[in-house]
Amino acid sequence: MHDLADAELRQLYQESLLHHSRHPCNFGELTPPMREARGYNPLCGDKITVQLRETGDRLEAIAFSGSGCAISLASASLMTEAVKGMTRRETEELFAAFTALCLGAEQARATPLPARHEDLNIFAGVREYPMRVKCATLPWHTLRAVLEQRETATTE
Amino acid sequence: MSDLSQSVTPSPTAKTAAPDESPKKTLNGAGEKIGAVTVASLRDEFPYFADENAVVYLDSASSAQKARVGLDAMNDLYRHHYANVHRGAYRLSAESTAAFENARRQIARFLDAENSREIIFTRGTTEAINLVAGSLGEQMSPGDEIIVSELEHHSNLVPWQLLAERRKLKLRFWKIDARARLALADLAPLLGARTRLLAMTHVSNAFGTITPAAEAAAMARDAGALVLIDGAQAVPHLSVSVRELGADFYAFSGHKLYAPSGIGALWGRGEVLETMPPWQGGGEMITEVSLARSLYQPPPARFEAGTPPIAEAVALGAVCEWLMTLPRELLRTRLHGIFARAHELLSATAGVEVYGAGVAESAPTFSFNIADAHPHDLATYLDSHGVAVRTGHHCAQPALAALGLEATARASFGLYNNTADAERLAETVAAAANFFKR
Repeated sequence: MHDLADAELRQLYQESLLHHSRHPCNFGELTPPMREARGYNPLCGDKITVQLRETGDRLEAIAFSGSGCAISLASASLMTEAVKGMTRRETEELFAAFTALCLGAEQARATPLPARHEDLNIFAGVREYPMRVKCATLPWHTLRAVLEQRETATTE
Repeated sequence: MSDLSQSVTPSPTAKTAAPDESPKKTLNGAGEKIGAVTVASLRDEFPYFADENAVVYLDSASSAQKARVGLDAMNDLYRHHYANVHRGAYRLSAESTAAFENARRQIARFLDAENSREIIFTRGTTEAINLVAGSLGEQMSPGDEIIVSELEHHSNLVPWQLLAERRKLKLRFWKIDARARLALADLAPLLGARTRLLAMTHVSNAFGTITPAAEAAAMARDAGALVLIDGAQAVPHLSVSVRELGADFYAFSGHKLYAPSGIGALWGRGEVLETMPPWQGGGEMITEVSLARSLYQPPPARFEAGTPPIAEAVALGAVCEWLMTLPRELLRTRLHGIFARAHELLSATAGVEVYGAGVAESAPTFSFNIADAHPHDLATYLDSHGVAVRTGHHCAQPALAALGLEATARASFGLYNNTADAERLAETVAAAANFFKR
């Protein structure tokens, strides 16, 4: 019984996800000028700060800090890697595709990830754990809050 | 009316047994007797566990599984005796009112209160504390002080923060030590001429610490302050006597006491309640209303505006009555043994850190973490293996912060748990530590 459950859990906690959570990319703070927002998951107390600097319409630099579970840290790490250099419109599109990916197979087929962002597919595993979807999407909601000039984002 | 009270109140099935002489004795075999019930038959009193997919439920401090006696009382009231209370001139309303007021008396006996008029029905502990803040609190003057312990659930902190802002009061904080304990020596310097209220918990929801509530209440009352105790985590585990505790208010929730959600109670010392103004206006709390002004009922009706959750109140009364028929000391010793077993096993597991004061100074609730994973990831692992624990800040962020923590996993036990549950927890946490090992 343990073996079966462990095998299913390994689909969620893949090595690359655990690796990103333990060695996150872009973890830290930017030097000014930059903008930032804080994201909260009131359900579990996770908090994250996303900072970014834009040049014209492009996301020139991005960093995050905070504390949370493996899923939220890995998601923030991969998100910051993915959106660096993107325009706002590209960021919005990726936000939509990522959210769809976490929600279900049908949604993911309707709004697929672009081929070059297939590494984000490791978060498809959260679909089986509805309580954890918000852990994966919190960094993305926080990123959107910075872009929309809001100070905070929440998953509730 | 007599047959009504029989149908909503279970007839006592067991006389309270003499307290167990030896605390070392364990009562874990399913067939073992606890007074007139056995360990196995006690678990049968909680219908959830008849489900073959029932989880190892270790989140009773958040909300407990429900006792059959409460569910039956609720069902019986709704099916046979339901009407609004304190309103109708007809027989059915009289039946409903009698059951509701009987529940108030049962709760008064459960808390060892002097008079059932000292029991106010609320939605739960949170509403009970907000009631005191919104009534008594509004009589406080700028510069008055309220002492709040650092161990509190947010529900016994945030209402005082809001009140302090409204009334320009000063909050003073009674700090905890590194093992989540409150020391009386730290309370003494906080008490002064401006202290109006001490608000503290009886048992910590995050760490299980049993606080020196009676001693603290005596010190605060000597200093001329009133005392409010959050009993939400205490009533399921300790035999509470509000008369012996010597506080002025005691609040608890039904849903942590094996009764339905949406109902709880505030006990208030009679002479203090008399002096307090209403906090919510509406029906039931008035004697006479004209357009310009109203006259208010005496307590407890003064504080019970609107139609209450009648069936839930009756269920809570029935559960309190049922608990009083059980050999509570014996059950407490048994549950403590199960808790101690879990605590001991986890403390001895590599990569597991257990927090708090230790079993001797705690109710059966404790917090822990594993080295290589965040508690939410641990909880997902445990959930996948059929073990339900709470993770996060447990609505006690200041208490966790005092120990340098942001989140923990918390296991808490109820009457239905057994030694196998404790062992399953330990074994699954050890497997999780291995699964997430770097």
